[in-house]
Amino acid sequence: MASELMSNEIALLAIFLLSIFVGFEVVSKVSTTLHTPLMSGANAIHGVILVGAIVVADHAKTNLELGLALAAVILATINMVGGFVVTDRMLQMFKGKPKSKKDSGEGK
Amino acid sequence: MSRNLYDLIGLAAGICFILALKGLSSPKSARRGNLIGAVGATIATVIVFFYANEGKPLNNQTLILAAIAFGTLVGVPAARKVQMTQMPQLVALFNGVGGGAAALVAIVEYLKLGDTASTAVVIATVFTVIVGCVSFSGSIITFLKLQEIMTTRPVIFPLGRQIIALTLIGVLVSGGWVISSGGTTPLLANGLLSLLFGVLFVLPVGGADVPIVISLLNAFTGLTVAASGYVLQTTLLIVAGTLVGASGTILTRLMAEAMGRSLFGTLFGAFTAKAQASVGEADARPVKSGSPDDVAILLNYAQRVVIVPGFGLAVAQAQHTVRELADLLASKGVEVAYGIHPVAGRMPGHMNVLLAEANVPYEQLVEMEEINPTFPQTDVVLVVGANDVVNPAAKTTPGCPIYGMPILDVALAGNVIFLKRSMRPGFAGIENELLYEAKTTLLFGDAKDSLTKVVSALKGL
Repeated sequence: MASELMSNEIALLAIFLLSIFVGFEVVSKVSTTLHTPLMSGANAIHGVILVGAIVVADHAKTNLELGLALAAVILATINMVGGFVVTDRMLQMFKGKPKSKKDSGEGK
Repeated sequence: MSRNLYDLIGLAAGICFILALKGLSSPKSARRGNLIGAVGATIATVIVFFYANEGKPLNNQTLILAAIAFGTLVGVPAARKVQMTQMPQLVALFNGVGGGAAALVAIVEYLKLGDTASTAVVIATVFTVIVGCVSFSGSIITFLKLQEIMTTRPVIFPLGRQIIALTLIGVLVSGGWVISSGGTTPLLANGLLSLLFGVLFVLPVGGADVPIVISLLNAFTGLTVAASGYVLQTTLLIVAGTLVGASGTILTRLMAEAMGRSLFGTLFGAFTAKAQASVGEADARPVKSGSPDDVAILLNYAQRVVIVPGFGLAVAQAQHTVRELADLLASKGVEVAYGIHPVAGRMPGHMNVLLAEANVPYEQLVEMEEINPTFPQTDVVLVVGANDVVNPAAKTTPGCPIYGMPILDVALAGNVIFLKRSMRPGFAGIENELLYEAKTTLLFGDAKDSLTKVVSALKGL
């Protein structure tokens, strides 16, 4: 039992460390033009804490726990959904050949 | 749904996030990258409904769905309606609520686990609460600064350094208290002190450094998500959070480099900031202000004109008028380029977004390193609502808040025209010596009005 737990911890540590390297690597060369959208996109990605919020809302035993968990669900949803939408809006501006201002129709 | 299947699908979502970040690093694939990220997040959210309660519908499922619907109803309109000029503060706000959510998740899990939590889990919980709360309250302050609800200047108060240092000690001690004895009171104290620290940490940051702080807090939130992923033993959260934490850290460093700021100096500004006398003794000196006709004549007989757009242009929504002026000049045979400072606007890349919105041809947007050597051959520089990014104080005045920031060397050009609303200093709150030079002409007024008048004067020539 103890050894099983240990190997799980090691696996999580490995995932953590490898993710650090991947995170460093994927953005190491990016032009200043894209700094703002990239930050905004990364910001939306950490909105996936919504998954954690849903899990604790499911587990909640007391009303206090449930209330806090639901607040977390709301905040995380704002972060995630709003984040992706605003990033998309920014990037819409970067499209190559202009079809002028009618673009707004195809926002998702 | 079995644990293995859940983990596999979670892995797919994690790969989506890696591809999203990769895509966002290059202009061609950026939009697709963002969509891939959204797909990954959607997958992750949907499958947790089938897994979290061993396949049965979740407890409180209706409430959870209602909360998601509510969050969407708040987030989407905010993201769609926000003016592009106000986008940086919206990103800051989104980041803050994400940090707050992570802190809440860890708190709820801690309340549930009670004494059964292992030491490692408690440490991860404390980390999440501290960093999540700092990210939350810090982001709120950056929002207030960018929205100019509060002053954009560094806020320095008596004994500030001591108070901040004491708060930090309080955060660490209360964190240790949670780890050693457990219980909700220490955790509450820890959370409140962390919120306070977040406020104190961001207050002394000057306006020009705010983007760096937003980026840093973004990386912080990523790490809190990773830590709460450890608390919940959810691989996907660890992957996503760590990715954002790592890429956010690199991005913060890149931004700081682009702005010529020391990351260390920005971060620990809270501890090193000294109350400095504002550089403001120059107020009463005369400036040369011109009429739209004067400006039109200067432009008409120039061979090469460089337009330096700043936040003032964005505020006045003058992107389209400035393009009209540029087209008109080009039709008269004048060579026109836009000199884009990396942090023109409020954030790196912000101005490119705004000008792209006005369909300014991409080739005319020239980055700072490329445009700087061309200023000596430039007859007229038209500075539209920019100030700090052309302020020579960044080179000449050690100790001023923007000292060391690379600037556009517009002073090397033959003539400099400033379109300004008033003599008010820029976002960083520093006087600009260039305004008083003989080669400088000022045209006061709203950028859009002024440009419209210049355009019609130019047409009459």
